[in-house]
Amino acid sequence: MSEPTILFQYVLHLADDVLILGHRNSEWTGHGPILEQDIAISNIALDLIGQARNFYQYAAQLSNERGISATEDSLAYLRDGWDFRNCLLVEQTNGDWAKTILRQFFFSAHQIDLYEQLAKGGDATLAAIGAKAYKEAIYHLRWSSEWVIRLGDGTEESHARMVRALDELWKFTGELHTPAPYELWASGSGTGPDLPILRLKWEERVKNIFDEAGLTYPATQWMQTGGKEGRHTEQLGYILAEMQFLQRAYPECEW
Amino acid sequence: MRMVMEHQHHSAAVSVTEIRSLLKEVNDPEVPVLSILDLGIVRDIKADGDTVEIVITPTYSGCPAMDMIRMEIAAVLGRHGYGNARITTVLSPAWTTEWMSQEGKDKLKAYGIAPPTPLQQVCHTKLFHREEAIQCPHCQSYHTSLISEFGSTACKALYRCEDCKEPFDYFKCH
Repeated sequence: MSEPTILFQYVLHLADDVLILGHRNSEWTGHGPILEQDIAISNIALDLIGQARNFYQYAAQLSNERGISATEDSLAYLRDGWDFRNCLLVEQTNGDWAKTILRQFFFSAHQIDLYEQLAKGGDATLAAIGAKAYKEAIYHLRWSSEWVIRLGDGTEESHARMVRALDELWKFTGELHTPAPYELWASGSGTGPDLPILRLKWEERVKNIFDEAGLTYPATQWMQTGGKEGRHTEQLGYILAEMQFLQRAYPECEW
Repeated sequence: MRMVMEHQHHSAAVSVTEIRSLLKEVNDPEVPVLSILDLGIVRDIKADGDTVEIVITPTYSGCPAMDMIRMEIAAVLGRHGYGNARITTVLSPAWTTEWMSQEGKDKLKAYGIAPPTPLQQVCHTKLFHREEAIQCPHCQSYHTSLISEFGSTACKALYRCEDCKEPFDYFKCH
């Protein structure tokens, strides 16, 4: 695969991860457990979708340079499920507050190191997006870490819900650090980080928070993968059906 | 910020000083007491002959005000004869509250929003620890507590004063 093509795929993967997670979080808007936390999760959604726009704009530029017409909107709204390269974790349903929090925590604990490394990488545009978004990821990680501790070390009910969320989500965490071909290219070319090294940092972060939250760090088990190469769980289709409806039904409509 | 020399030879030469003073009229739509200059998001004003380029940067990646700010800049400059101004966005270096002017901080406080603390203070505290000394913009007390790290816009947090009991926004250190 040519270098522009593989860079395009890498950028799309980065964009899809934050768009899909941002969309999931935005489903809480108006439904949060209390007003302040409704605002918090909506703010996090806004940050993630803003990051996605930056990545999609770059991906569209790369595509146009290769003579394939694209815009940030066409990439977000007009691709089908098998073209999305987000990891399986971010497309999982919101469930209860515990599951949403834990999903955000797992992702932020990964994103913070990923973006810190992107900021030091050899691609100037990705470095700029990464450096900017890194500062936002700090808030997200802090907020979600505190919630994991609050719920894990809270009441019998909240602890039980965290344990259930962990049981539902753990199998999707391995994919965060299982490199897809474009991620191997990214680390090889100095564009992005080496995921196995990031994995060690992620495990340490998660173990530290789990210790405080009274949650048991699960033993190694078989992990679900495939999202980063377009093989998704059933959940992605429902997100796209809702997110893309307007542009599919009324192409190029604006407001 | 890089200074751009005026082109004296051109009859319609653009004055960077004039452009800068016009930009004082463009306010942040979400914090209308601040101009975009106060906010520190204008990164450069480039003038070449009769063309002008304004370089801006977003506060947060998802700041929904950016499109409106671009439109406002174009409208204000257009009213003053700079209809062909180009407005470009850069992401690097990433915006920081360090770029907010002292005038901007004073305006925020007078408006009832606690201004950001200087960056050299503890910005990224440990879990459950909070930034110290966020002063209530109403009664000046430092006896305040955080309600939520995320407020009505991405750039603000929600605080409460334990003395005058008023809630207030804090423009968070970033």
